[in-house]
Amino acid sequence: MSADPLSSGRIARRFAALKAEGRAGLITFVTAGDPDPATSRAVLHGLPAAGADLIELGMPFTDPMADGPAIQASSLRALHAGMTVRKTLELVRGFREGDADTPIILMGYYNPIYAYGVDRFLADARDAGVDGLIVVDLPPEEDEELCIPAVKAGVSFVRLTTPTTDETRMPVVMKNTSGFVYYVSIAGITGTASAANTAIDAAVERLKRHTDLPVAVGFGIKTPAQAADVARIADAAVVGSAIVTRLADGLDGSGTVRPGTVEDVLGFVRELAEGVRAARG
Amino acid sequence: MTKLNTYRSGPDERGHFGIYGGRFVAETLMPLILEVEKAYREARADPAFEGEMRQQLKQYVGRPNPLYYAERLTEHLGGAKIYFKREELNHTGAHKINNCIGQILLARRMGKTRIIAETGAGQHGVATATVCALYNMPCVIYMGETDIARQAPNVFRMKLLGAEVRAVTSGAKTLKDAMNEALRDWVTNVADTFYIIGTAAGPHPYPTIVRDFQSVIGDEVRTQMQELEGRLPDSLVACVGGGSNAIGLFHPFLDEPTVQMIGVEAAGRGIEKGPLDHAASINGGRPGVLHGNRTYLLQDEDGQILEGHSISAGLDYPGIGPEHSWLHDVGRVEYASATDQDALDAFQLCARTEGIIPALESAHGLAEVIKRAPKLPKDHLMVLCLSGRGDKDIFSVAKHLGVEL
Repeated sequence: MSADPLSSGRIARRFAALKAEGRAGLITFVTAGDPDPATSRAVLHGLPAAGADLIELGMPFTDPMADGPAIQASSLRALHAGMTVRKTLELVRGFREGDADTPIILMGYYNPIYAYGVDRFLADARDAGVDGLIVVDLPPEEDEELCIPAVKAGVSFVRLTTPTTDETRMPVVMKNTSGFVYYVSIAGITGTASAANTAIDAAVERLKRHTDLPVAVGFGIKTPAQAADVARIADAAVVGSAIVTRLADGLDGSGTVRPGTVEDVLGFVRELAEGVRAARG
Repeated sequence: MTKLNTYRSGPDERGHFGIYGGRFVAETLMPLILEVEKAYREARADPAFEGEMRQQLKQYVGRPNPLYYAERLTEHLGGAKIYFKREELNHTGAHKINNCIGQILLARRMGKTRIIAETGAGQHGVATATVCALYNMPCVIYMGETDIARQAPNVFRMKLLGAEVRAVTSGAKTLKDAMNEALRDWVTNVADTFYIIGTAAGPHPYPTIVRDFQSVIGDEVRTQMQELEGRLPDSLVACVGGGSNAIGLFHPFLDEPTVQMIGVEAAGRGIEKGPLDHAASINGGRPGVLHGNRTYLLQDEDGQILEGHSISAGLDYPGIGPEHSWLHDVGRVEYASATDQDALDAFQLCARTEGIIPALESAHGLAEVIKRAPKLPKDHLMVLCLSGRGDKDIFSVAKHLGVEL
């Protein structure tokens, strides 16, 4: 691992720091540009102080096939407000000016990246301060598309593993993954059912036999208590739909942001962070 | 264009037709996709599977359907000798059933107990609901709310056949969103559910499966033309949305250099008006990745998928099967287009000269026949795939013609 340029990056440093603190991390997901550029920027910039240890930033797409209603709606709000790949990268660049340490992982679907141009995207993403990518519709079978070029360009490619990833497939999935491994705790879409803790426990244990990378667990974590449960087992808990829903709750009937929404979203993130931090206490 | 030794060897083992195709799906689905591929390979090697499929196509679907000499239309156009491949005479009134019979047999073989499908115009939904009734399997059909409103008769048909029709309210509420929703269902119910995809698109191995099950169209044309004319046809014409009837007609002839092939996309209100006014992925789109495969797509500069438009709900999809994208790039098949108006004109001409009311989808293919046939010699044998019957379309046609029903 020592020869890997990615192992000295922000993601590795953050997980090393979490390990030293003896706690799991909180990974928060928000969609870039949701519901409008200014609100999105305010939420993003406030996340680290609210307790987010790593940030997943959704790149909106018209057809998010693995996402539930909450994240679908957030993508459409962002697109409606004019979000693009270029503006997403600008958002990251702006964030980096004030925060040199919190890792940012872009999460989305392949077509907007493909349309932007893979090489140009990787160069611009790295330049903007992006640390990793999660691209839902690129399984290991399509590694040549983006995963291998990303790792060469010094951008981690975080892989999703799922309850359907069996023992024979696990090495295939682990092969080119970097940064951390994201365990999708249910067979399903984001923001719907929650997995039983015992099932997560067994899955994380199984993953740890296949990788030395940190394991984050997500899909279906909605409350500080659930986040705490996962934080007792995994290296990080990922919360997405619940945060995005909180943001959506702050919109009035015409889609305009009510005063206090940003504070409310960040307050919820603070509760999640407290849950995660107290989990092993 | 580069001449290849064969145009029929694709896809490669990873599901690629040139740069097109592939398996762009979430990890949750990958093990299942690999299982479908393995099960399909084994099924095709099993004479019992082939036997049951042939039996059902004959007894239940009514195959072979005729290759019919459209004499009055031929006289009217005054050029090429026109034949119709009468897929509209199949049970359920379109070519879709060919594929559904094959896929439900595959699902049963894999031990799956629940069927899901997406539908736009409702033809694939009806065909899927039909085979589910036949084999007594629970069936959920995803259909965009917009399409449900404009295809009420097919929605009722599906319900009569015992299917549950779930309205899709996400995105633009049409076919592409129905496909997203079906994929979401599949990710959630991987263990017991089989997804019957209706067109020659989606992740590998679906484009191959659908093509193979639809190739019965081209195989029959070959035999029938030999019987009728003692030779191969000179040209083949078919409409293309996702492209399942077209690939089924074309594929058996791809390595016959004398056979010309034309796929006809929906030009809607005109391709020149921009991507919101048509559904011509090849003529008016560019390559991208959606619904598990790389192919030509209607999309904006930023890679966001656009909603196409066509008078025909069955052609109203922002993508096309990956093998068509490849056949276009290598120059083996020509992809033309027909506007809403071309299709309406062809629809009416066919009804009056042949006594056949074609589906609006098929009328797009016919529009191309009408353009080409007059310029061709009388011994030119042209085959149109009459992929479906037009009963389902009479309401929307009446509306366009300003007739109150």
